[in-house]
Amino acid sequence: MKILVCISKTPDTTAKIAFTDNNTKFAQDGVQWIINPYDEWYALVRAIELKEKDAGTIIHLVTAGAADAEPIIRKALALGGDEAIRINTDSHDSYYIAAQIAEVAKQGGYDLVFTGKETIDYNGSSIGGMVAELLNLPYVSLATKFELNGTTATITREIEGGEEVCEVSLPVAVSCQKGMAEARIPNMRGIMAARTKPLKVVEPAAIDALTSIVSFELPPAKAGVKLVSPDTPEELVRLLHEEAKII
Amino acid sequence: MSVLIFIDQAEGHIKKSSLEALTYGAELAVQLGTNAEGIVLGEVKDDLTALGKQGVKKIQHVNNSALNHLDAQVYTKAIAEAVAATGAKVVVFSHNLSGKAIAPRLSAKLKAAMVAGAVGLPNTSGGFVVKKNVFSGKAFANISLNTDIKIISLNPNSFHITNGDGVAEVVSQNFATGVSPKIKVTAVNKVTGEVPLSEAELVVSAGRGLKGPENWGMIEEMAHLLHAATACSRAVADAGWRPHHEHVGQTGLAIAPNLYIAIGISGAIQHLAGVNRSKVIVVINKDPEAPFFKAADYGIVGDAFDVVPKMNAAIKKMKGL
Ligand SMILES: Cc1cc2nc3c(=O)[nH]c(=O)nc-3n(C[C@H](O)[C@H](O)[C@H](O)COP(=O)(O)OP(=O)(O)OC[C@H]3O[C@@H](n4cnc5c(N)ncnc54)[C@H](O)[C@@H]3O)c2cc1C
Repeated sequence: MKILVCISKTPDTTAKIAFTDNNTKFAQDGVQWIINPYDEWYALVRAIELKEKDAGTIIHLVTAGAADAEPIIRKALALGGDEAIRINTDSHDSYYIAAQIAEVAKQGGYDLVFTGKETIDYNGSSIGGMVAELLNLPYVSLATKFELNGTTATITREIEGGEEVCEVSLPVAVSCQKGMAEARIPNMRGIMAARTKPLKVVEPAAIDALTSIVSFELPPAKAGVKLVSPDTPEELVRLLHEEAKII
Repeated sequence: MSVLIFIDQAEGHIKKSSLEALTYGAELAVQLGTNAEGIVLGEVKDDLTALGKQGVKKIQHVNNSALNHLDAQVYTKAIAEAVAATGAKVVVFSHNLSGKAIAPRLSAKLKAAMVAGAVGLPNTSGGFVVKKNVFSGKAFANISLNTDIKIISLNPNSFHITNGDGVAEVVSQNFATGVSPKIKVTAVNKVTGEVPLSEAELVVSAGRGLKGPENWGMIEEMAHLLHAATACSRAVADAGWRPHHEHVGQTGLAIAPNLYIAIGISGAIQHLAGVNRSKVIVVINKDPEAPFFKAADYGIVGDAFDVVPKMNAAIKKMKGL
């Protein structure tokens, strides 16, 4: 069993969001970078759990990013995973990244491709589906559970107002969210081992991005909260009915 | 040149988020001076001609039971065939659960530029630029789509559904015939009798300030009175006080209802990331320094155990109950 886990680097959840260069670039000064939480907590940890059940499992991590993505991928290796591949490129758009990952995946012969459900910076929820299409694999998105029985996967995915259980034969691509696994922290042994795990750098394939970012903008500031006295909660109900016209 | 809108169904019923996508697609077609058509896959129980109300003239329907359940690979094939058959230049999805599975596949298949999570109509003066939500609701990006065919997946609850009096013509199609889904759905577990959180227009949410699961009666009562869905903070879901599907925020569900009432929730940045696109935010918290007040439109600094029952009584009175 060979699993490819896609890892993305994102700003920490508490990072201040600001832009430079005439609002065309994210202001990276002082930003802490983390592994995209969905990639780490759900996709990677579930892959590690599968390896713990079946020691023959091989986990490869892939990230598309410049050299500054290496601390992130080392941290992912410290959690688990056997080796990592960094595609040496700055990010362009989702399609560009997905196509790069697909090129790597084609050479690996993976049974499973795991992604997080979306990145917390771009919120595209796109890479998994694009990779699946480029590899001609079935795709189960927004999975909350994943079990393996031989070469058949039983996957639970979110639907509006509930969940749905489905079965699919490997190979398959899966985007992972809450429920898949419990978050872990790397231990000392893992951190030491990660230093010597192979981290292969490959050059990007010639692929054109399909989109470009024109500008970023921050949402308009809220006008400020209108406070109602705790002695008259009925006044709040009235405001929601008559002023906001929402109930 | 036309606009093609993917219309999503579950158990034969058209989803509300698809009506938003339909209205959006129809308005986009007017903006581009072209026609809008819809595509529906699988057997349906609803009257498809009624989708004309949202402004589309024609619905392509593949009435094939093999397509009743989502298999993104097969759905993508069917939609790609529809794109070829209709000559569509823009394909619109809702950025709902199905849209997230299908739209990126279609983008890769057609090498068509895509924007995921659009919040408004494109700016077509001299290009094709769509605004989308980024940084988990903390900012927007304007994305230029640089290919001939374009794909837009529209954030749920960011476009108003119009209801005109049009009647759509339904055309039967057999796109993707002979292709059998690889994904077999073996069970569907729905939370019954409640408003699904992802589609709810009104949401009543509570946090650790409620002290324990036994105190949710007043929250459920408010939700019931308002026909709202219930939600909670991560701390509450982690403590097992409420089911995980109610957890909203950065690591839970991101929602954008018209009204979000937060009761006894501090308003941590990770919580706000899932709810800051709500149109009106109401905060009830006994701590005047709670960060949530900075993101709120209305608020009461007070004890939830005192305020919420009084609000419920006032809502009952207002509704004549
Ligand atoms: C990487 C990461 C991701 C995270 N993702 C999420 C996420 O997706 N969603 C999420 O919610 N959190 C998330 N968190 C956790 C988040 O940081 C907060 O810890 C959490 O939201 C706190 O929940 P709470 O507001 O219910 O509880 P608390 O922070 O304990 O706040 C309780 C509030 O209730 C008020 N209160 C107490 N008693 C009363 C009363 N009687 N009446 C009125 N008010 C009262 C208090 O003043 C306080 O403001 C994440 C954290 C991290 C690090």
